[in-house]
Amino acid sequence: MTTPKSAFRRGFLDGGPFVLIVVPFALVFGAVGSEAGLSIAQVMGFSVLVIAGAAQFTAVQLLADEAPTFVILLTSLAVNLRMAMYSASLQPYLGQASVWARPLLAYMLVDQSYTISILKFEKEPEMTVSARVAYFFGVVALIVPFWYICTFIGALAGQAVPDGYGIDFAIPIAFLALVAPALRTVAHVAAALVAVVLALAFAGLPYNFGLLIAAIAAMVTGAEIERRYFS
Amino acid sequence: MNQSDATIWFIIAALGVGTFAIRFSFLGLFGDRKLPEWALRYLRYTPVAVIPALIAPMVLWPPATGGTPDLARLIAAAVVILVGYVTKNVLGAIAAGAAALLVGLSVF
Repeated sequence: MTTPKSAFRRGFLDGGPFVLIVVPFALVFGAVGSEAGLSIAQVMGFSVLVIAGAAQFTAVQLLADEAPTFVILLTSLAVNLRMAMYSASLQPYLGQASVWARPLLAYMLVDQSYTISILKFEKEPEMTVSARVAYFFGVVALIVPFWYICTFIGALAGQAVPDGYGIDFAIPIAFLALVAPALRTVAHVAAALVAVVLALAFAGLPYNFGLLIAAIAAMVTGAEIERRYFS
Repeated sequence: MNQSDATIWFIIAALGVGTFAIRFSFLGLFGDRKLPEWALRYLRYTPVAVIPALIAPMVLWPPATGGTPDLARLIAAAVVILVGYVTKNVLGAIAAGAAALLVGLSVF
């Protein structure tokens, strides 16, 4: 029988190594954000209120491009839509958690905490709801504070780093590193290719509409290939 | 960036609220309703659709060079994709790409 206390400890140990992934992303986000002209308070505002690396990078890049506000919001939220999937897939395991726990769980539902927790919950269906909640909080106990602290350090460093070290290219590198391992199937590769080709073809459209068109067409491509050939 | 502080804070707050709503949706609001299969299918492809569309122009026409394609940045991007695709290792891909970029910038 897992007590909440031992579940928390278990989650803490399982989540620990993922700090290694969170630290560089937070440092780079902090540096890129302040380099792009955000104040330290605004950089921290992103990491504390949004707490979603890919969407934060997207927003900062589009802010630097001076894209219209609704395009920034639409695109960044689209990057986060995958979290609806996380929310739905954790619902059978955490949907019965208390009224105060569920908003906290939702706030800290990031790629890492989702992946680690869902694997654990599927493997140990006998866990009680309170043990699952404790496990989840254990997983994020280091990840979330490190996300804040390293964003702050990165923001300070970003103001100190002179131009010319290619820091402008930190966002493409961080994004490509996230996307390349996700190209698992033909459908994923096709979606990414359509996105690239259309984004380049429509780059001249005003209001970054090219980005929206390319992303929607790519999403349809991936989903249709999966539906026709793999389901 | 040229946006006013108020606009930037509005964007941060709206993204915060919107992201929380997405995360809280099924855990807190919709109860035990399930996402339909077609919706899950689209959601699976959002990251690989949005992110390449966002960065493709930045890779080909980097703002730092005034939009002229730049060999160092193109090679760095290719290295990240290759290492990330082959090893599935995010941190390894970042390290390899950063190294390729620094070498490329000093050579070209």
